[in-house]
Amino acid sequence: MKIIRKAAAGTLESSDALIIVKPLNGNDIKIEISSIVKQQYQKKIECAVYQSLEALQINGIHIKVEDRGALDCTLAARIETAIERAAAAEE
Amino acid sequence: MRRRVMLYVPGNTPAMVQNATVFGSDSIIFDLEDSIPLEEKDAARILVKNALQSLEYPDTETVVRINSIQTEHFQKDLEMILPAGPHAIVLPKTESGADIRELESRILQILGEDSCEKANIEIIPLIESALGLINIVEIVNSSKNITAAQFGAEDFSENIGARRTKRGMEILFARSQVVAACASRMIQAIDTPFTDIDDEAGLREDAGFARNLGFDGKSVISPRHVDIVQQIFSPSADEVEFATRVIEAFKEAEKAGKGAISVDRMMIDAPIVKRAENILEKAGIGNPL
Amino acid sequence: MKDKKIVRDLAEAIRLCKLEDGMTLSFHHHFRNGDFVLNRVIDVVSSLGIKDLHLLPSAIYPVHEPLIEHIRNETVTSITTNYILGPVAEALCRGEIKLKKPVRFQSHGGRARAIDNGSVSIDIAFIAAPTADNCGNINGFGPSGCGSLGYAFPDANHAKKVVVVTDHIVDYPLNPVSIDETKVNYVAVIDRIGDPQGIVSGTTKITRDPVGQLIARKAAGLIKASGFLQDGFSFQTGAGGTSLATAAFVGDEMEKASVRGSFCLGGLTGLSVDMVKKGLFETLLDVQDFDLEAVESLRVNSNHQEISASRYANPEVNSCAVDALDVVVLGAAEIDTQFNVNVLTDSNGLIIGGSGGHCDAAAGAKLTIIVTSLLRTRIPIVLDKVIAVTTPGNTVGAVVTERGIAINPDNKELIGRLKDSGLSLTRIEDLKILAEQIAGKPQAVKFSDEIIGEIEYRDGVVIDSIRLPLLD
Repeated sequence: MKIIRKAAAGTLESSDALIIVKPLNGNDIKIEISSIVKQQYQKKIECAVYQSLEALQINGIHIKVEDRGALDCTLAARIETAIERAAAAEE
Repeated sequence: MRRRVMLYVPGNTPAMVQNATVFGSDSIIFDLEDSIPLEEKDAARILVKNALQSLEYPDTETVVRINSIQTEHFQKDLEMILPAGPHAIVLPKTESGADIRELESRILQILGEDSCEKANIEIIPLIESALGLINIVEIVNSSKNITAAQFGAEDFSENIGARRTKRGMEILFARSQVVAACASRMIQAIDTPFTDIDDEAGLREDAGFARNLGFDGKSVISPRHVDIVQQIFSPSADEVEFATRVIEAFKEAEKAGKGAISVDRMMIDAPIVKRAENILEKAGIGNPL
Repeated sequence: MKDKKIVRDLAEAIRLCKLEDGMTLSFHHHFRNGDFVLNRVIDVVSSLGIKDLHLLPSAIYPVHEPLIEHIRNETVTSITTNYILGPVAEALCRGEIKLKKPVRFQSHGGRARAIDNGSVSIDIAFIAAPTADNCGNINGFGPSGCGSLGYAFPDANHAKKVVVVTDHIVDYPLNPVSIDETKVNYVAVIDRIGDPQGIVSGTTKITRDPVGQLIARKAAGLIKASGFLQDGFSFQTGAGGTSLATAAFVGDEMEKASVRGSFCLGGLTGLSVDMVKKGLFETLLDVQDFDLEAVESLRVNSNHQEISASRYANPEVNSCAVDALDVVVLGAAEIDTQFNVNVLTDSNGLIIGGSGGHCDAAAGAKLTIIVTSLLRTRIPIVLDKVIAVTTPGNTVGAVVTERGIAINPDNKELIGRLKDSGLSLTRIEDLKILAEQIAGKPQAVKFSDEIIGEIEYRDGVVIDSIRLPLLD
């Protein structure tokens, strides 16, 4: 999949995360994370983001995560949704 | 699998999806349909898929209400949710046996024959229109995978042009029809949710009435309704005591090779034994047979 | 002669009291976040150029933000208190302000103990009084009524000088009297001493969250199963939304079983007043009022008694009210597998309160129940080790979460009571494991070596300390 447009998924409600993705030239991955539980879960959130990107085989993406204490499965779901919305299927 | 209370949870709200299990309802229905706006259908199905795969829902049946057959989301919901292993699917706006057969063939297509057998996904039609009610006999007879049917009073009343009231006279016939159709197939009849979240007295009255009509359980849309409804649809001590004696009598009769059984001067036939089994299951005593 | 105690203003009172650098000033917090007196006094003190003061307020709230500047300019250089919430706490935890010593956190009972036995010596006690007469007889009613003045009693009894600060003077003699003229040196009249709406600040409403209500119902079920709901039952709850919801459900159970309880203690709200109205309890023992219904009840009901902080919870007096408690329901910011509770800091190590009466009630009650959700937006509340111990685990009987109830294995009596109850129980270690299973194991918050607070248990012994959190 290739990111071709800006898209968002999720919300800023408690236990959710707002994910905003934008296309990035080339194959780079730029990740920005802000979280209300960053002291406890910064690494886990980073991990969740990288894992999602790898599973979906995505690069060339700028992904911004505004986390409100989402569990890993919720983060993964919101990232997957945002990427689906931002992507075009590869020919 | 008893279904005294089925808690509807909006499938796109992470806090509710992850906490749904704590309320102790027999079933949780993750909703992809009416509580989800069109632009979030994709987000909801992905979130529910992930929740089913990653979170624990001990001692609870996980059910998904997918979007109806007429929508583009129907196929996408099934493709994403089925592999995640829900116990049952609620099909909203079920109007004919053909709807159920269509659902079943999609399930077979998506899972493949072997997985389909193993998964043993149950189907719960949601009757919420005039046509659905009229065709209910055909619907409940259309598949052996149907183990319950739900009644949805809000959409139904809208469809027939009735004015919805708490007392519910306008839906009495429909409710009774659903109960009868389900009873004829010995599947569970699940009543419509009570929509006033704050009216506890009203809920008790409504749920008690539904129980009296013969419903086996009721849907709820608020966690605060779970305990009350679950209690109302649990058998009383008397019912449990009678059911136990029925089962005992049946077991004895079988052993002794006797044909006719009676308990309290009532003739006990197969349906009464089945009902006794259901009662003990609802009481959490399990199947003694 | 009649008006010889009345001073022109706070500055005159301070001069007459001969306030000097390094002295100790005390205040009560019966106006909670609606208090005006502490700020007014310290402003005046500061403008007189006095420095190096030790402050002994029973609590510090967001309204006391101006203290930050007075700490910076060294008007105030040390603090002993029971609770700090808001900008002062944040500034302390960010290292933006420094005191000469770590903050000494006492409990409500411990503060009374220290004042009563002379461990702490108060030079001037400033007592905000909703009504006073010209000789300094005071009570907690009036246009700025706050109800019980419980926390001011030890100060009035032992301070070297007592200054009553009021906005409502009446003719002598005042009736009724909470603290009498024999304790009072001066009476200062200012425009407003506090905002009574402020006493309701923060969490004094029953929770409407379904998970909180579930926890409350489970806690009430535990109390019922434990067999404590008999005639003569005595009860206290904390001010949190879930604790108050538990009280409501306990009230329902008592009504169903026609139980006539003896007293409610606290920290009181209109909920306790209602329970007495319904005949569920005989008496209210009141050290603090959390809403205006409770204030009004204290004013008009003869079975609603004002009690001093000493009578409430001083562990060294002949007997105190917390020791007569059957059950107390309290919250927690964190709890560990030894049942130690932290109500001083949040999960990031930031100060968000303090014991208040928490450890006192826990020590006195026959059964102490902690109500809390297992996770607070992803963060596990049940842990291996709390950041700071304010209430030791040996005084805690049970923790009730939405995902399970754990009983302290050392509480053999409770275990015996619950033996045939059919209640489903979990081990606290399993709750901790479940929390981590759901949320993932959290990284530990890091702290510097700098100690910013010391936790003094109600008996005067320092049981833990808190350091400056190192936050990214």
